[in-house]
Amino acid sequence: MIEVNGLTKHYGAKVAVQDLTFTAPAGVVTGFLGPNGAGKSTTMRLILGLDRPSAGSSTINGKAYADLTSPLREVGAMLEARAIHTGRSGYNHLLALAQTQGIGRKRVDEVLDIVGLKDVARKRVGGFSMGMGQRLGIAAALLGDPRVVILDEPANGLDPEGIRWIRNLLKGLADDGRTVFLSSHLMSEMQQTADHLVVIGKGKLIADTTMAAFVAQASGDAPVRVRAADPRALAEKLRAAEATVETSDGGALQVHGLKSERIGEIAAAAGLVLHELTPLQVSLEEAFMDVTHTSVEYQTDKVSPEKVTAG
Amino acid sequence: MSALAENAAAPRGVEPAADVTLARVIRSEWTKLWSLRSTRWSLFVAVLAQIGLGLLFAAITMAHWNQLNFGQRLLFHSIDRSVAGYHLAQLAIGVLGVLVISGEYGTGQIRSSLLAVPKRLPVLWAKLLVFGSVTFVLILISALIGFVGAQAIFTQHHVNVAIGAPDALRTVIGAALYLTVTAVICTALGTIIRSTAGAISAYVGLLFVLPGVVALLPTSIDNSISPYLPINAGTTVASAINGSGVSSTWGGFAVFCGYAVVLVLVAAVLLKRRDA
Repeated sequence: MIEVNGLTKHYGAKVAVQDLTFTAPAGVVTGFLGPNGAGKSTTMRLILGLDRPSAGSSTINGKAYADLTSPLREVGAMLEARAIHTGRSGYNHLLALAQTQGIGRKRVDEVLDIVGLKDVARKRVGGFSMGMGQRLGIAAALLGDPRVVILDEPANGLDPEGIRWIRNLLKGLADDGRTVFLSSHLMSEMQQTADHLVVIGKGKLIADTTMAAFVAQASGDAPVRVRAADPRALAEKLRAAEATVETSDGGALQVHGLKSERIGEIAAAAGLVLHELTPLQVSLEEAFMDVTHTSVEYQTDKVSPEKVTAG
Repeated sequence: MSALAENAAAPRGVEPAADVTLARVIRSEWTKLWSLRSTRWSLFVAVLAQIGLGLLFAAITMAHWNQLNFGQRLLFHSIDRSVAGYHLAQLAIGVLGVLVISGEYGTGQIRSSLLAVPKRLPVLWAKLLVFGSVTFVLILISALIGFVGAQAIFTQHHVNVAIGAPDALRTVIGAALYLTVTAVICTALGTIIRSTAGAISAYVGLLFVLPGVVALLPTSIDNSISPYLPINAGTTVASAINGSGVSSTWGGFAVFCGYAVVLVLVAAVLLKRRDA
C-alpha cells in the first residue's frame, strides 16, 4: 500500500505538487492520471525518495522509502525518463542493481527471461530500441520480486503485443495481493487495466476513487438507448414523464433525464414491448476530459494562429 | 525477441531478504566499473602512460647522456625520472574519476542507483573505495615495472639505483598514492558538479591552470602560495627529493589529502540533500 499525505513540492516559485493526499491500496491496479505537467512524475519521484518534498510525506507499506533496508524487494519502480547507463549491457545493469541487496544472478536471468530480453542481454543498452529499453526498465522493477510496483508510463514504446503483455502482468501482480501504481496517458489501456484511479491536475488531487465510480459519475447524465416495437408511442409516454427524447438512426431512441429502470417501468405500465434498453456510459477518456479540462496546464485551443505559424 | 512469459510473479531466484550493506554496494560498484568500455580504456591508457613514459624518458636521456654537462648530470635524478609517467597517467585517472559518477548523472543511471540504495552515501563511499583501490593497485604495479625497466636502461651510464636505495620504494608507492588521491578528488568533483564537462574543467583548472595563474603574482606571494597548490603539494610524495615544511614529502601530501577530504565532505552533503 502506498500512502501519500499532504505531499507538496515547489521548484523555486513553481508549485509542482500541492497538498496531495491519496492511497494506492494493495491487491488492485491503481491508475494515476493527469494532463501533461500535472505533477505525476514529480509525485512518483517524491514517493521514491529521489526528490525531497517541500511539505508532507509518503509511505510504502508504512515506511518512508529512504528507510527501506532492502528497497528493491519492497518496491519495484520504473521512471519515465531513461535511468540506465547506455554503455553497459542489460545483464550488467541488472546485476549491479541486484548485488546491492544480495539478489542472485539466477534472478537476473529470470527477469530478463520474463521481459523477453534474454537474447540481447549481453548487448549494450545504447543500441536498444525504446521498447527494449522499456522492457529492461520493467525487468529492473521486477528484480526484487517487490510487494509494490510503481511504473511511470510503462506502455511507452511497446507494440500492441507488449501492451497486452504488460496489462496481464500488472493484473497478475495485483491479483497476487501486490500494490500496483501506474501512470499512463493511454486512456483505453488504463480503462482495461486499472481498478482504482487517482486523478490530479495542476498538482492538486481531482479524484481518488474506483474506476467504476469515476466513469459512472461522469456518465450521470449520459442518455439511455431504447429500441421498442412502437417507438413513437413510447417516445410520447417518456416525454410525458419529462424526458428529452431524440430519434436516432435505425429507429432507436436516445432518452435523456430518465434512468433505465424508470423507462422500463413506464414501458411496462403502458404495455409497450422493448427490444433494447441500454444505459450509455462515457469512456474513461471522456470522463477524464470532462473532469480535467479546467485544469489543463497548456490548453492547445489558446494558441493563436499567428503563434502556430511563427512556431 | 523471445516469447514473453505470462507469469512474472513467481519468485524462483529471489533469496530471503538481504539488506543493503556497504559490502554489497562495493560489489555492485565493482561490477559497474568493469562493465564499461570507457573504464577499461582509461585504465589501459593510465597503465601504459605510467610504465611507458618513464621508459621513454630513460632511453632518451641515456641517448643524450654524453651531451649533458656536469651540472645537468648532477641534477639528473634516476628515481624521479623512472616514475615520471604519472604526469600523463593522472589525466586518464582524473577523467575516469569524474566519469565514475558524472556518467551516471548524464545517463540518468543515478536514479536507478539511488533507488537501490536510498541512503545514498554508501554509493559515494563504494565508488571512492572501488576506484581508489583499483587505481592504487594498478599504478603501484605499473610504477614498479616502470622503475625496474628505467633502471635497467640507466645501467648504460651507471646512473641506476636499486629499489632498496633510500626513498626509491617510497617514491614508487608515492606515485600510486598521488594518483589514488587524484582519483578521490575527481570523483568528489564529479559528484559536486554532476556534469562531465564541468567537473573535468574544474579538475584541469585546479590542478594545471591554477599554478600558471599564481605564477603571475609577485614572486614573494607566489612563493608562499605555490607549495599549497594541489599539484605541488600532491607530488611531493612521488619524488625522492625531500623538501621541508609544506614541501616535505609527507607535509605536502597531507595538504593534498586535506583538499580531498574537504571535497569529499562537500560531495557527501550535496549527494544526500539534493534532488536526484
